Amino acid sequence: MSLALWGLKKSPWLYHVALSPCNNCDIEILDVLTPRFDVERFGIKLVGSPRHADALLVSGSINHHVKPRFIELYKQTAKPCVVFAIGSCALSKTMFRDSYNFDPHPLDEVVKEIDPNGIVAYIPGCPPKPEAIILGVLKALQSL
Amino acid sequence: MIESGIISIVKFVLIVIGILILGLFTSWLDRKVTARVQARVGPPWFQPVADIIKLLGKETLVPEGSGRTVFLLSPLFGLAGIALAAALLGHVMLWPDEGFIGDVVVLVYLLIIPTVALIIGASSSGNPIASVGASREMKLILGYELPYLIVIATVIYKAGLDLRLGSIINSQFQSGLNFWSISGVIGFVVLLLSTQAKLGLVPFDIPEADQELMGGIITEYSGPPLAVIKITKAMLLAIMPLFMVALLLGGIRLQGLLILWSILKYLVIVVLIVLIRNTNPRLRIDQAMKLFWGPVTILAIIGLLLAFWGL
Repeated sequence: MSLALWGLKKSPWLYHVALSPCNNCDIEILDVLTPRFDVERFGIKLVGSPRHADALLVSGSINHHVKPRFIELYKQTAKPCVVFAIGSCALSKTMFRDSYNFDPHPLDEVVKEIDPNGIVAYIPGCPPKPEAIILGVLKALQSL
Repeated sequence: MIESGIISIVKFVLIVIGILILGLFTSWLDRKVTARVQARVGPPWFQPVADIIKLLGKETLVPEGSGRTVFLLSPLFGLAGIALAAALLGHVMLWPDEGFIGDVVVLVYLLIIPTVALIIGASSSGNPIASVGASREMKLILGYELPYLIVIATVIYKAGLDLRLGSIINSQFQSGLNFWSISGVIGFVVLLLSTQAKLGLVPFDIPEADQELMGGIITEYSGPPLAVIKITKAMLLAIMPLFMVALLLGGIRLQGLLILWSILKYLVIVVLIVLIRNTNPRLRIDQAMKLFWGPVTILAIIGLLLAFWGL
């Protein structure tokens, strides 16, 4: 395993992207970052700027307003980076799949459109528990 | 001649690497003590090294509207400044008789360079958030440098008006630590607050306010330039407590039992800084300015007057 990959696995910095969700997933993401679950022992840290981030925690579905902004934000994240789709809305839009204002493509197709080598990891749940989010992030890092 | 020159260069490189390792250890200690205060475990010992290795492996993104050369060069200027300060401070603390007249003044100048380099880099990045962070950092420098310099003047006066860090350390060795006098205690409090502001730690982490300004002064940096900035901050985290130990607590002596006493002095200052960081909210920039130009400067001037009267 190369040194850069070891560094990426031991120190993933998170940036929280909320694409107009209902905020349940955001509450669970904020819970993950509290001292109770102590994600700092894995080296995980919340950063304020997407340029510093290794992992984008995306919640909510992409709608027409957010799509160009999300594309800009993905381009501003320094590669290599992993996009984590948190919750059912980010995975497959569930009940909003036929809505008028949501983009016809779910998150992973939008990411692959901008960047065919983009890595997307899926954490299902509505909303997923903090333990599930931690498990998903660690499994994705292990499989890199 | 050439051999002694090569030996000096090797010595300085080793001192700078030593302070870098000390800085990385101190930043791990900061995160571990913070974790224990918050009743959790905290990161493993290699975490700061892993952060820097990871940052070196990412790509460098340069924003479109930025001045590319200045943007990429300013972290390197900051690193050069702090490396020179580390070499000077380490050399004078290990061998107090080998400084030069005015090395305290040179050290204070060199310690301002990393902050100014960050301000220049943030201003050249073309991001309004970074420019707000840069303006706040400029105001903060105006705030904390004044009491800092007054305390250094106090310590120079107590050492007999000799502008050498070596004579400050030696005079403490002969006539007792500066800390055991009232002006020393006042100087300790003022220096602690100024160090907290210089290191950019809560309650004074105003330029890089995570929750208010996305990344503040370092928003647009990514990859290797960000790794250089993190290395600079780690070395600053080691140098500022060491400077405080030299000015007020008698410096480092590497002889027998005094090694433990030196380590204890350094660790007490670092743990005090971390505990202040964990128990305070962040100040607004105008509150911080009023604090530094009001009570803290008055306290520093009182310390200077007490030193004139021999206390």
